[in-house]
Amino acid sequence: MRLLFDYENQQKQSTYLPKCDVEKTELSLKRKQKLHLPVLCENEISRHYTELAKQTHGVNDGFYPLGSCTMKYNPKINDVLAGLGGFTEIHPLQDLESVQGCLELMKQTEEALCTITGMDAMTFQPAAGAHGEFCGLLLIKKYHEIRNDLKRNKIIIPDSAHGTNPASASMAGFKVVTIASKEDGCVDLDALRQAVGEDTAGLMLTNPNTVGLFDKHILEITQIIHDAGGLNYYDGANLNAIMGIARPGDMGFDVIHLNLHKTFSTPHGGGGPGSGPCGCKQFLADYLPGVLPCLTEEGYAWHQPKQSVGAIKAFYGNFLVVVKTWAYLLTLGSEGIRETAQNAVLNANYMMHQLKDTYDLAYNQTCMHEFVISLNKEKHDCNVSAMDIAKALLDYGIHPPTMYFPLIVHEALMIEPTETETQETLDRAVAVFKKIMADAMANPENVHQAPLLTPVRRLDEVKAAREPHLRYVWDKDE
Amino acid sequence: MGNYVPNTAQQQKAMLEAIGMASYDELFSVIPDSVKLDHLDLPEGLSELEVHRLISALAAKNTVYPTIFRGAGAYRHYIPAIVKNVISKEEFITAYTPYQAEISQGILQSIFEYQTMICELTGMDVSNASVYDGASAAAEAVGMCCERKRQKVVVSAAVHPQTLAAVKTYCWGKDREVAVIPERDGITDLAALSNLLDEECACVLIQQPNYYGHLEPCEEIAALAHQAGAKSIMSCNPIMLSILPTPRECGADIAVGEGQPLGMSLAFGGPYLGFMSTVEAMGRRLPGRIVGETVDVEGKRAYVLTLQAREQHIRREKASSNICSNQAYCALNAAVYMTAMGASGMQEAASQCISKAHYLMKQLVNSGLERVYQQEFCHEFVLRSPICCTILLKALKEKGILGGLPLNEYDLLWCATEMNTKEEMDQCAETVKEVLNHAFTL
Amino acid sequence: MKVIENYFYTKSHEWIQLLEDGTALIGLSDYAQNELGDLVFVNLPEVGDDLIVGEMFADVESVKAVSDVFAPINGKVLEINEELLDAPQKINEDPYGAWFVKVEGDVKPETLLDASAYQEYLTELEA
Repeated sequence: MRLLFDYENQQKQSTYLPKCDVEKTELSLKRKQKLHLPVLCENEISRHYTELAKQTHGVNDGFYPLGSCTMKYNPKINDVLAGLGGFTEIHPLQDLESVQGCLELMKQTEEALCTITGMDAMTFQPAAGAHGEFCGLLLIKKYHEIRNDLKRNKIIIPDSAHGTNPASASMAGFKVVTIASKEDGCVDLDALRQAVGEDTAGLMLTNPNTVGLFDKHILEITQIIHDAGGLNYYDGANLNAIMGIARPGDMGFDVIHLNLHKTFSTPHGGGGPGSGPCGCKQFLADYLPGVLPCLTEEGYAWHQPKQSVGAIKAFYGNFLVVVKTWAYLLTLGSEGIRETAQNAVLNANYMMHQLKDTYDLAYNQTCMHEFVISLNKEKHDCNVSAMDIAKALLDYGIHPPTMYFPLIVHEALMIEPTETETQETLDRAVAVFKKIMADAMANPENVHQAPLLTPVRRLDEVKAAREPHLRYVWDKDE
Repeated sequence: MGNYVPNTAQQQKAMLEAIGMASYDELFSVIPDSVKLDHLDLPEGLSELEVHRLISALAAKNTVYPTIFRGAGAYRHYIPAIVKNVISKEEFITAYTPYQAEISQGILQSIFEYQTMICELTGMDVSNASVYDGASAAAEAVGMCCERKRQKVVVSAAVHPQTLAAVKTYCWGKDREVAVIPERDGITDLAALSNLLDEECACVLIQQPNYYGHLEPCEEIAALAHQAGAKSIMSCNPIMLSILPTPRECGADIAVGEGQPLGMSLAFGGPYLGFMSTVEAMGRRLPGRIVGETVDVEGKRAYVLTLQAREQHIRREKASSNICSNQAYCALNAAVYMTAMGASGMQEAASQCISKAHYLMKQLVNSGLERVYQQEFCHEFVLRSPICCTILLKALKEKGILGGLPLNEYDLLWCATEMNTKEEMDQCAETVKEVLNHAFTL
Repeated sequence: MKVIENYFYTKSHEWIQLLEDGTALIGLSDYAQNELGDLVFVNLPEVGDDLIVGEMFADVESVKAVSDVFAPINGKVLEINEELLDAPQKINEDPYGAWFVKVEGDVKPETLLDASAYQEYLTELEA
């Protein structure tokens, strides 16, 4: 593939603007360095990006069982509605009267998500899950600060957690206490009891956890933290498994974040924009960042939380993502939300059941929306790794599962089929997984060569990191 | 009705049986009964047509202003049709992070191209794959500069208030001190800055053009910061960067900014794009994703996420940032915009913004508004109204015009872009004149 | 895995070479570099920094992992091997030549493993 900068004929550009209809004003300052941007006509630009699109695998291109990412189908009506001019052409600083629709939509979505999670208030300002975590931890920091309980500077996090959890805790100024998980992948209650104390600010937990299991001791866990004077943070990465079935707010969690781009079907766009709203119980609501929509006698208005932690970005969050979420929630409704969770869990268990004679399960029990297999045995016996299986799947048009996560399972592959896949798709994928394993066992060397059919094959990542080449550079004389 | 589960009730039952379960209750038996919901208190699901009606009705409750003279961090520019066309390709919309490089060359290459163009705009060596928005980019840049012995952050009062708020919040998280440099005549007060600088100072953050549209003495500010051993961060408007001296030329170490003007809709504040670039020596301190060039096993050129060991999924609590995504879709949007417009198109857009803003300013002054500052400005400026600005704005609204942003009872922050025609500006000035005449004849 | 005589070692796989002038060099063992795989970056302390036994003073990155390097002794950094900053692959190519830091400090050989003890420890690990 040529880069935009590789095209030889860089001479003519399409123009888009009319001539200026007022007298020209020049600034006293000018840039000296020549600005290199592509000089291409529209046809070439259009073809260039069509070619790039062909080399991009999206949910629409095939089965995408990427664990912990909830790659479900992205309904098209959501994109259509988010594209309405009544949303896209609205300036964020317009007068209140002119943005009543936006505020009403945000308020309705907030209320529905609070109902689903058992929270009392929610901000959409966080732009992604990690941003939501940061926001939630700032609420916990503020809570202890306002109570003048300044010794509480530690956040407890299980070793199975996503890397963002400890990183977010650190950004909020906390020290991280990591507790080892038990052999069954769940929280070790004894270790937790030992870890808590007067310096405990809170706990961060994903439930179902990162190995796809619901922690059955959840009520004891949150109680231990509350008894110690800490708060419980719920990482909503895996809410798809339990929405409509149980609520974090009823399990003892005080503050949560959601991933609208996972659970609520908004597309990922190749890595963002997402949306990571942060919800909390009433006693934390006064600390939320930014402004929140509220209904007054004169219509919708902004409410400024009294003891707000401030702002974690400009404006009100990724509003268009919220529009897509609202469309999704209206479509699903009460029963649809529950059905979604049921089928996400059913599809995962169905696939796990079909695969368990071929692949070692990291945890051989009923899973939630995802499950983990381990290639540890194969790696030792014949040097067939999780990476090899993943790369082999590419040749069958299947996006590989999440590799090498969670860290507590060696040679892990984490599979999350989601509820939007048919039984037929699951059966076909299972057949592919089995064929790859059979081929690998028959000839381990071959699987190291995979993939063979992709636009490029395995990359030299060591070279990329040792000799970083991070931009195109023009010759000096150009 | 109407959800996206494709398996029928019968198929679901058969699948349950296949895994040895009699019912969904059994599948969820691990969840304690005391927290199980009987019923979720939400309405029934709706058909697509009903959803379309309901949400369209909400959109219709908003007012789309035909004419906008308001910026303050979000700008309406012309977006060539090809931009929206390219980014509406489903592959780009529905792909996840390009972790599997072999099937993600499209996204990866588009980010590499984006990084290159951001480096060109800012004059820097390294750009990341983008962050959430301009305000959080500034906050992340501040984090890049803080070291064990340098934890004090100095920020100009003339940056966007929301940028300042985000920087303060991020710094509060890390227990870092933020010192605000007061403004003087609408730009950063250099004397006050000198007094704030000391050996504990990590960086100085300014905005170019600043919140009021004014040009800051960036070179002098960077030199002062460097004299104290601190880093210089410039938050920039990307359209103006096509003609203004680059942050590199000004001596800045890090350039950040709000990328929304690069072909993104106003969208009530988001999704937008935070761009970040820096000099080579600080490249590894950039947060978030970076795409690099390499080769595959056959020696074919290819792109991949690189320098990942800096990031949270590996470094965990020791990572400098928790960010684990980028605004890839918005970065693509910006890249297509910059490609379509090209250097000449962007420079023309910048030039028209400036020319029109100056025209609008003169017309409004002729109508009876007064300049608050005498600084050189780009496409935003502040004017004082002799009467309460709400009256002015109301009159303008009746003509379909969104006037300047009120900064207080009498001052308005105006903006013009290439979207505004001479006719619109004349009409705006005429309306202001009528309102003022009316107010003073009463 | 290669182990060099006359060097001292730790169970976290750092090596210490005592120099005649009383200073010492510290690096990572052959076993460590082999386990870590191709190294792509190294973070070194600054000259003048204090080393405290058992605490990290540097880290090394491979493509998909980062590992801390722990101080085997108490001491002060006299010099860092800047060559490693540009060419971390030296640690893979010549682990016992690729020293990280030169330190002045309090070397207590009785708290460290000698070559044969380290070799024995590696044999245990492999088993």
